[in-house]
Amino acid sequence: MTAVHSAAPLTQTVPTEATTVIGLGAHRPDVVVDNEQICQWIDSSDEWIRKRTGIVTRHRAPADVSVVDMALGASQEALSDAGIEPAQLGGVIVSTVTHPYQTPSAASDLAHRLGATPAAAYDISAACAGYCYGIGQADALVRSGAAEYVLVVGVEKLSDVIDNHERSISFLLGDGAGAAVVGPSDTAGISPSVLGSNGEQWSAVSMDNSLLRLRDALFDAQTSGDASRLLDPEERLWPTLRQDGQTVFRWAVWEMAKVAKQTLEASGLQPEDLTAFVPHQANMRIIDELAKQLKLPEHVLIGRDIADAGNTSAASIPLALHRLRSENPEISGGYALQIGFGAGLVYGAQVIRIP
Amino acid sequence: MADKNAILAGLAEIVEEETGLETEEVKLEKSFTEDLDIDSISMMTIVVNAEEKFDVKIPDEEVKNLATVGDAVNYIANAQG
Repeated sequence: MTAVHSAAPLTQTVPTEATTVIGLGAHRPDVVVDNEQICQWIDSSDEWIRKRTGIVTRHRAPADVSVVDMALGASQEALSDAGIEPAQLGGVIVSTVTHPYQTPSAASDLAHRLGATPAAAYDISAACAGYCYGIGQADALVRSGAAEYVLVVGVEKLSDVIDNHERSISFLLGDGAGAAVVGPSDTAGISPSVLGSNGEQWSAVSMDNSLLRLRDALFDAQTSGDASRLLDPEERLWPTLRQDGQTVFRWAVWEMAKVAKQTLEASGLQPEDLTAFVPHQANMRIIDELAKQLKLPEHVLIGRDIADAGNTSAASIPLALHRLRSENPEISGGYALQIGFGAGLVYGAQVIRIP
Repeated sequence: MADKNAILAGLAEIVEEETGLETEEVKLEKSFTEDLDIDSISMMTIVVNAEEKFDVKIPDEEVKNLATVGDAVNYIANAQG
């Protein structure tokens, strides 16, 4: 058999010169969990938690509200803010680690419920860096000409994957969704994205077990008729998050300060050109120390949504930016440096023009 | 051999900057957590600043072994050779 090698020219997409974020949206679930409630589960105090983390409350979604439900609310607001219709979306990217189906994706369900079918739809798993990964991908899709508008959502229902009685991370975490629409622009509104990973520290923030352990325990109980392991709380068969706080803190401040500086350099801007700095809302002390390391000018507003929202992983940056703009509408049109970092370990950052 | 008194004095300045504790409070026998009320995050900030000041590396896994100020001074002195 002879292979056919056609000489017919192939059509490729026609690139677009520049992109920008054109709309933002947020969904904050109704249930507010304060530190007093947290202290029912761990031996601590409101004062201790505030001093150590800066967190006063966190929002958590009720059992009947899903990741996609939260994403839908944030996305509808972002589309309305952008002034475009769902049918104009060429892509829907959802960053989440808490969509409870390994397949199909949260993104395809979201696209359908929004009325964005047949937009390309997929989830990404980059934990607390996922929103910045998504913005980087949306920028590339629009600029390459593959899509005109792309929706990026960071959404988490972390309350499904925590153990309220452990002390390393659970009390920090909240639920929520933030969304952004990326589209073409006359002037550059998204800098080069700096994305990276360090798998050597894969276990620094991670689930304590895989689902296979739960499956095997169920299988053993069903075949042996002995359910004692399933009923033993010490077995902790449902996987939940853990972190090595000291290791993560060192990496999040001193390594991420380098990434933030690298991102600013790639953007061609100086620190004084920034209007806002919106880091992942991991812990107020990480935010404070990171800002100190970057020696940002006093006029730069810093996202500090964590006090009310807790750490919402992929949702934290769009939620913080949405809030910063709601409280300070004059920042619209200015530049924001945003940086996400978390389990992987992975990081992602870029400068965007605030819509 | 590194001068341990100089290391103690330098470490005390770092602790003062992070916690506001007077440098005289920072003595060799003092425990970071029990006596000086330094939590894990502040400890890491002190460690990173000490690395820079004394030009040494203190890996994450070593930090938990530094229970007292004296432990930290000895570690830094040994690391400096």
